[in-house]
Amino acid sequence: MREQQNNFRVEKFHSFRGLVAPVDRANIDTDAIIPKQFLKSIKRSGFGQNLFDEWRYLDHGEPGMDASERILNPDFILNQARYRGAQILLTRSNFGCGSSREHAPWALQDYGFRVVIAPSFADIFFSNCFKIGLLPIVLGTSSIDRIFDEVDSAEGYSLTVNLEGQTVTTPGGEVCIFDIDSFRKNCLLNGLDEIGITLQHTDKIIAFEQKRRMEQPWLFK
Amino acid sequence: MMQTLYDKLWQGHTVYEESDKPDGMALIYVDRHLVHEVTSPQAFEGLRLSGRKPWRLDAILAVADHNVPTTERSHGIADPVSRLQVDTLDQNCEDLGITEFKMTDSRQGIVHVVGPEQGATLPGMTVVCGDSHTSTHGAFACLAFGIGTSEVEHALATQCLLLKKARAMQILVEGSLGTGVTAKDIALAIIGKIGTAGGNGYAIEFSGNAIRELSMEARMTLCNMAIEGGARAGMIAVDDTTIDYIQGRPFAPRGDLWERATAYWRTLKSDEGASFDRVVTLDASQIKPQVTWGTSPEMVTTIDGRVPDPTEVDDAVKRHDMENALKYMGLTANMPINEIYLDKIFIGSCTNSRIEDLRAAAEVVKGRHIAANIKLAMVVPGSGLVKRQAEEEGLDRAFKDAGFEWREPGCSMCLAMNDDRLSAGERCASTSNRNFEGRQGPGGRTHLVSPAMAAAAAVAGHFVDVREIY
Repeated sequence: MREQQNNFRVEKFHSFRGLVAPVDRANIDTDAIIPKQFLKSIKRSGFGQNLFDEWRYLDHGEPGMDASERILNPDFILNQARYRGAQILLTRSNFGCGSSREHAPWALQDYGFRVVIAPSFADIFFSNCFKIGLLPIVLGTSSIDRIFDEVDSAEGYSLTVNLEGQTVTTPGGEVCIFDIDSFRKNCLLNGLDEIGITLQHTDKIIAFEQKRRMEQPWLFK
Repeated sequence: MMQTLYDKLWQGHTVYEESDKPDGMALIYVDRHLVHEVTSPQAFEGLRLSGRKPWRLDAILAVADHNVPTTERSHGIADPVSRLQVDTLDQNCEDLGITEFKMTDSRQGIVHVVGPEQGATLPGMTVVCGDSHTSTHGAFACLAFGIGTSEVEHALATQCLLLKKARAMQILVEGSLGTGVTAKDIALAIIGKIGTAGGNGYAIEFSGNAIRELSMEARMTLCNMAIEGGARAGMIAVDDTTIDYIQGRPFAPRGDLWERATAYWRTLKSDEGASFDRVVTLDASQIKPQVTWGTSPEMVTTIDGRVPDPTEVDDAVKRHDMENALKYMGLTANMPINEIYLDKIFIGSCTNSRIEDLRAAAEVVKGRHIAANIKLAMVVPGSGLVKRQAEEEGLDRAFKDAGFEWREPGCSMCLAMNDDRLSAGERCASTSNRNFEGRQGPGGRTHLVSPAMAAAAAVAGHFVDVREIY
């Protein structure tokens, strides 16, 4: 688990080769990714131990419990020894649907995931991932199906993710290309602070606001 | 060029565009920033650590809603973890000078009920909040959408957000709703049709005769559920209903400004002939009361329907999901919906806790009593002001006489962050918005319905067609 401080900064995203863990389910919602009782925390770190809490443990989890003393669900795939240390989550369509809680990407990242691959993502979750340096990759359903089959049949199955080239490469050498907005890509590659970027346009924001104050004064006190 | 309402709102708030490509990122100005206790503490902390201040205090309105108890509040919050989160919001607002309705304030309530009720949500605004149900405010022709905590910090620090423009979807609902059929049923029928991912990448505009006939409360219910159909934003054009609702509310403009504002607001509709990327149509007269049977809002059918049979589904992923859902919900394929018995009833949430929702439920329970098998039936008004109005109308008496508990306002058992929750295996008819696994408590089983349908189920002990009760 990575220790993060509240003064969070996005780290530069480097290409890497990482172990893949498959969670074969569509429409995984943010309540499943990180149940609500853990949202009471006022910190942004430490959510990894409660990632997929209700599937991962057999006992009911509450904030402050010692994860090492809880009862793991042996049937949940992430609890299998072969997926320990996974950095890439492979899953199905509409991943991250439901609430806007950024705790969901925080939990995935804190657990050790750096990339989530799915045929599609929910909009808010997708956007939230980029803000913290977790890369959501959309691949076609046929590629996803094939990778699911390959992961299942080969222990230690890893993928190479190259953000600069926008590619995911399988151990067999198959190269899947993914799309990413150039602004988001640049932010991830360079670990840029979006607030800092926006504040470079302070004069434009002020000018916009002044015009708005003239045209729609009822919006201002 | 003909513009959709979404085009107008987007263009009207664009400070600058990152690139000249139509699908590039743009900096969008935020008019109203609603804040609650769950998704804001890390944003305020981030702001403090980087030495930044909120850009515009008068744009922000804060209220604690997720963690607050719905029982007697004079002793504060018992759970220390919940208490710390609410105290942290109070402290942040006090330190920075942000307007906040505290837990004991009569105006306190669910952020998406409070904003419109105060007139803090006005047509043509961009409204953001660290909560996915911010889409609710689109009922006022706002561009309103949920954001994550990093974006909460971004909006606090810059009054803007970096966004990618969505595609535009029109959902056209013509005809008129039958008696006992509500906006909640329209919302669930739409989600049943397009799926929970159907609106991904889209901003939805709801239009058509059936939408124009809806009250503002009902429009809020519909836009609230846009996110359950995958769309970050849902919206409805301005008409007399919108303007009548806003007039006289505390944050609304008055006098000359009111005249100027309403003249502008009336332009907030899609131009005749504007084109949408996708159009979905429904006939309101064909919509029946809806009941969800599974663990996703798209797993929905009508009150006269049956639990579907996974063996009849070809798609393997979908079949697998249905099997999982039936197992979790403790239901068998082909079982009639009206033979599903309930343990608890929840009337509340940002979807259905406004005065009109409470009136509809009270009308059903008045002079009746909840069934013997119902362990708990509760009404949680959306705000202190909704509660007060309901009491003035005697709705609280109708509920209490029928065996319901009458609670203090908050999110309550919609997501069970406070003490209101289902125990494992308990089955609930709920007017909330999500039937996800564990949403209302670990192992709890949620069926989403309208307030009238929840009330009817409370009386019968199982789902019944509310149209047969009136």
